[in-house]
Amino acid sequence: MDVKTGFFYLFSVVLLFASFRVVTARNPVHAVLFLMLAFSQASGLWLLLQAEFLAMVLVLVYLGAVMVLFLFVVMMLDLNLDTLRQGFWKHFPLAASLGALIALEMAAVLMSGFRTSEAPKVAAVVGQIGPQISNSKALGILLYTEYLMPIQVAAAILLVAMIAAIALTLRQRKDSKAISASEQVHVRASDRLVVLKMDAVKVGEAPKAPEEPADADAPKETKS
Amino acid sequence: MTLTLGHYLSLGAMLFALSVIGIFLNRKNLIVLLMAIELMLLAVNMNFVAFSHYLGDMHGQVFVFFILTVAAAESAIGLAILVLLFRNMNNINVDELDSLKG
Repeated sequence: MDVKTGFFYLFSVVLLFASFRVVTARNPVHAVLFLMLAFSQASGLWLLLQAEFLAMVLVLVYLGAVMVLFLFVVMMLDLNLDTLRQGFWKHFPLAASLGALIALEMAAVLMSGFRTSEAPKVAAVVGQIGPQISNSKALGILLYTEYLMPIQVAAAILLVAMIAAIALTLRQRKDSKAISASEQVHVRASDRLVVLKMDAVKVGEAPKAPEEPADADAPKETKS
Repeated sequence: MTLTLGHYLSLGAMLFALSVIGIFLNRKNLIVLLMAIELMLLAVNMNFVAFSHYLGDMHGQVFVFFILTVAAAESAIGLAILVLLFRNMNNINVDELDSLKG
């Protein structure tokens, strides 16, 4: 048993333990933290498989961005932990037997079918480009030549997801004192200012009783 | 004893089975359901990377790249819907999401 096999078993055991704790943890914050542990172990396994670029993407995108998003949402929501756990152990026997069945069947078939598969010395597609090429460079050459159109579509999907997430959670607060820029631009002077007609008054002569004495004091009145 | 493709595929199968168990167990908690779906996608990605390594074909890793993109978009929208749901119903119980009468 060489070092690589030892690391495979180490990463696998920690990965399976962490994913078991993700689905059984009482506190959702603990579940998110165990999910982060599981993803970090998976990136270690991908490093063993010489997929360095994807392992780094997993650490950066998943551990750095998606898990922090999960953590923020879990911490923002005021969850009642007791009601969340109702009926948890009721489904456990069915779930455990189904899961064990899936794992055993697939492991039996896969271990008998793929036990003898050995990694080729030089990867087939990489071999066409050149043997001395890093994983990131090989992936980049593929992505920007053969998969150029799909990568544009992926960018569009990410943009749509961003717009959708913002549009879903955007709301107008009732107590905010926001101004409407359109209303302010389209306002006219007649909306705000009222000009009243007044009779001319001669000096020294007592003014005749004005019709509206209140308006004489304030010829220009502004509406609020 | 060297590592074969079967080791990685079995690990992916166990991970997938564990996430299926998680979906069965957490019927009340939408957040853990989303996390179990992320684990399932990780198991699928593990199979893709393992096949890509052992068959010497880089296209599998390109597929993993696109699956990661779509999974990130899915989790972002899923969490936005979750926040919206919590704002409207004040809990995230999956059993009470029956307003569509489906």
